[in-house]
Amino acid sequence: MSSKNPVRTMPRYVAEVDEGGLGAVDAVRIGERKSNLWLDAWRDVRRRPMFWISAIFIVFIVIVALFPTLFTQVPPNDECFLSNSNGGPQPGHPLGFTLQGCDVYSRIIHGTSTSLSVGLIVTALTILMGVVIGAFAGYFGGWLDSLLMRVGDIFFAIPYVLAAVVIMSIFLKDRNIWVISLAIGFFAWPSTARILRSEVLRVRQSDFVMASEALGLKKVRTMFTHVMPNSIAPVIIISTIGLAGAITAEATLSFLGVGLPNNIYMSWGNDIAAAQNDLRTNPMTLIYPSIALSVTVLSFILLGEVVRDALDPKARAVR
Amino acid sequence: MTAYVIRRLLQALPVFLGSTFLIYTMVFALPGDPILALFGDKTPTPEQLAALQERFHLDQPFLARYFIYLGDLLQGNLGTTFSGQSVNEILARTFPNTLRLALLAILIQLVFGVAFGLIAGLRKGGFFDHATLLVSLVLISMPVFVLAFVAQYFFGIQLGWFRPTVGPGAPWSDLILPAIVLSALNFAFVLRLTRASVIETRQQDFVRMAAGKGLSSRRIIPVHVLRNSLIPVTTNLAADFGILIVGATVTEGIFNVPGVGAELFKAIRRHDSPEVVSIVTILVVIYVLVNLGIDLLYGVLDPRIRYVK
Repeated sequence: MSSKNPVRTMPRYVAEVDEGGLGAVDAVRIGERKSNLWLDAWRDVRRRPMFWISAIFIVFIVIVALFPTLFTQVPPNDECFLSNSNGGPQPGHPLGFTLQGCDVYSRIIHGTSTSLSVGLIVTALTILMGVVIGAFAGYFGGWLDSLLMRVGDIFFAIPYVLAAVVIMSIFLKDRNIWVISLAIGFFAWPSTARILRSEVLRVRQSDFVMASEALGLKKVRTMFTHVMPNSIAPVIIISTIGLAGAITAEATLSFLGVGLPNNIYMSWGNDIAAAQNDLRTNPMTLIYPSIALSVTVLSFILLGEVVRDALDPKARAVR
Repeated sequence: MTAYVIRRLLQALPVFLGSTFLIYTMVFALPGDPILALFGDKTPTPEQLAALQERFHLDQPFLARYFIYLGDLLQGNLGTTFSGQSVNEILARTFPNTLRLALLAILIQLVFGVAFGLIAGLRKGGFFDHATLLVSLVLISMPVFVLAFVAQYFFGIQLGWFRPTVGPGAPWSDLILPAIVLSALNFAFVLRLTRASVIETRQQDFVRMAAGKGLSSRRIIPVHVLRNSLIPVTTNLAADFGILIVGATVTEGIFNVPGVGAELFKAIRRHDSPEVVSIVTILVVIYVLVNLGIDLLYGVLDPRIRYVK
């Protein structure tokens, strides 16, 4: 209150704001750190050892996938000698040989990029399809919502590995990383779309969305600038775990014999399938690629769990 | 309830039509000769080609062909394999085994998943909780065929506790190991879901109320906590069943259980596309029906759901 105005005194019936301790409620702390969902999540995540363990594993897997020759000089497919068939470890061949006499270690190292590429392409594809479809359904509502969600129900009604089996059985002649990724991703998007839709429905009620529309922003623009950034967190969570699922799906398809062709691509699923007949005599040929596969999948699942705990307050409560 | 049942039935109809149409379209509307595509990497003789073109009514327009196919499907005519076996006969022979395996697996996953999840949830943060979380994480990370081989090698071959492979006419005891493998992933999911659900339910007002009016925990936990925690587990059964279908294909194939899954497994490896498509269609139809059943069950268990549009 400025000194110019005369001060009017009133009898007080309640304590001064400062006396009652209510001032602390309204006080703005100047030195407070900036905070939003993502910063909070990062602060939560970086304190947790699980995050660093999974991150280190994933960085290592990415390096192996990008630069396999840093880890092995042995070509995975070319220098196979039947004289080495099912042979034990030798200098330079630490994990022994497959039935065909190929180097197990080298095949595992070179198989990393196959698994990772399929995982990443499928994830990108499901995010793209799920986000676009879920956002349009949730934000525009009405008949578009009903139509898109019923289509989603139909795709959801076919377990995506089975659908991929059918697609791959048809595309037997031209199987490559793109075809297998499309085959998996084409049926894996409905869960992403459903989650994004329900999140968009929630965010759409917010005041800032109404403000944006009231200020005359176009609907599509409001959706992309205000609704989407606030509803994307659950998609990130499900996609990290979905990446692990896609890697498993590729290995399963290759294991079933409708995945990637054995002679062109190194795939852990193929190696496991090739080793299964010698389970009694030479189990390690099967165990090693299985370990590589499981550890890769585990890394992404761990990361997904850590990210979920950080982004989803409900999950944190249960932790 | 009647309105709810009718609404669910009406919702299931387009899903049934849509999913069969989708599979049919994938096979017959893709670029290239669909009959040649059915043969995969094999080359058919002209006689085979002509017979197949006749059988799939390729002279008719596409939609008409779909309805002929749907009519066959509804009448229970599922076509034949390359070797001329009727898919119906194969299914009739193999289905009982798959049913036994699936029932056993569902029993294992529910009994152990709910029991372990309940204990873990009640003792949140304790040793048992951490141990089961770790085990479930490992189970979730292991693809079912890896788990199958590991189990087959250690329990079947090394330790000799179970027969490593099952044959035709096997007793229930032989199915225990494949059933454990098949249920492992769902066991982990059921465990985690029950645990989270128990933790959440225990904080609900009605549980505090029950404790407040002096009920013993011997009554609160089974009646108030567990029953309400089972609702999300029931809803998730549909997703579990999808995992079970894919898992059964791999598990039966590896353990040589003479079931539908093993038949599909062999058909995939033989590249016998007609058989693959027939079996996948049947499995999808079963999946849609099971989903419907679980939805109806959900309406019975949780009356709130009947009124949500």
